[in-house]
Amino acid sequence: MSTFVAFILAIASSMLIDNVVLSRFYGICPFLGVSKKVKSSLGMGLAVVFVITIATLICWPLYRLLELAHIEFMDTVAYILVIASLVQLVGLFIKKFSPSLYKSLGIYLPLITTNCAVLGVVQSNTDQGLSFLNSLANGLGTSIGFLLVIVIFSCIRVRLESANVPKAFKGLPIALIIAAIMAIAFMGLQGLFTGIKL
Amino acid sequence: MTTKKNFLKGIIEENPLLVSILGTCPALATTKTIEAAIGMGLLFTIVLICSSVLVSLLRKLISEEIRTPAYILIIATFVTIVKMLTNAFIPDLYSTLGVFISLIVVNCIVLGRAEAYASKHGVFDSLIDALGMGLGYTLAIVGIAFFRELLGTGGLSIGKIFTFIPEAKLQIIPKGYEISVFQNPAGAFIVFAIILAVITFIKNRKEEYKKAQDKLKKAQAKAALSKEGEAK
Repeated sequence: MSTFVAFILAIASSMLIDNVVLSRFYGICPFLGVSKKVKSSLGMGLAVVFVITIATLICWPLYRLLELAHIEFMDTVAYILVIASLVQLVGLFIKKFSPSLYKSLGIYLPLITTNCAVLGVVQSNTDQGLSFLNSLANGLGTSIGFLLVIVIFSCIRVRLESANVPKAFKGLPIALIIAAIMAIAFMGLQGLFTGIKL
Repeated sequence: MTTKKNFLKGIIEENPLLVSILGTCPALATTKTIEAAIGMGLLFTIVLICSSVLVSLLRKLISEEIRTPAYILIIATFVTIVKMLTNAFIPDLYSTLGVFISLIVVNCIVLGRAEAYASKHGVFDSLIDALGMGLGYTLAIVGIAFFRELLGTGGLSIGKIFTFIPEAKLQIIPKGYEISVFQNPAGAFIVFAIILAVITFIKNRKEEYKKAQDKLKKAQAKAALSKEGEAK
């Protein structure tokens, strides 16, 4: 299998089979909080794709530097600093080059710092000792999986607003039930292909 | 606010998970077994207490502009300490919780309490607040874990993660009748949804009761007034 095909398969694997929200439970807060409108969920998802991809690109070499200095235990502290400053930097960049995109992403950018998907992906890359290409595939796949699921979820929630739901289940509880049904649907993809090494 | 009230508000009125809906990721991910949930709650409470006390101690030194990065750094430091201690002393807990110990850094509750409470109150008050919030969160996730383990495996077991206590298992639902979906991610969502729905139901009932009481009082007052008018 060529490296390219393996790379694509690794992305698909972490996007569909081990979906970030529905089976690994990263980033539930924005998943529930920013999914009332399709447009805003799309904005949030795109911002997350952007930040996770760049964060994995930076944090892999950073860990090698920490290893050189024999302070591997500082990884979490280093990562959170990188992510927080990265989010700020990305915000500034987008503001300069594309004010319209900044306007639509505006409020969601600072929220990404506390999105556990970003730190979760970077940290689990380190904990599993993945190679650079594998880390990148994991980052890309996870973030695209997040985008996919949050957009599907928001589409369902928009329709749910006009549905006749029991009073106690209105709002968050019914949304969680929908998430459960989506999780069951994604469970069907398990075992499609696993253990791709790059 | 009295100390007792300050402590209790984190458990019932302002429960971080069930009322404010914060910190949902570990609440769903680490609740497969009761033991894992207890471990998670314990580590979370330790980090919350330490960071709240330190933030409260430094509240006059940290300037307004760099508040958030400073808090995140304090929290990340304590998480690293807790992570290393867990790895050294309870390695089974460390491998069960995995990356979710590191993810306490981005748990909104810790940062939220630092911002909303510890940065404005004294050390003792912050300590009590953190203790209440931590205990409230622990109780909430242990509750979720109780239903997931009971329905998913048919019984409750201890001693698998905390290896220093003897292993024991209590089988309640006979083997073959357990509903294994509750051990899967989907089950976590369902249990959490039903718990939230029950809480909303109780809240609605209370509000309706209050409204009915108010209406009754108003009607009584009106009746009393009209009687007075008649008497005059």
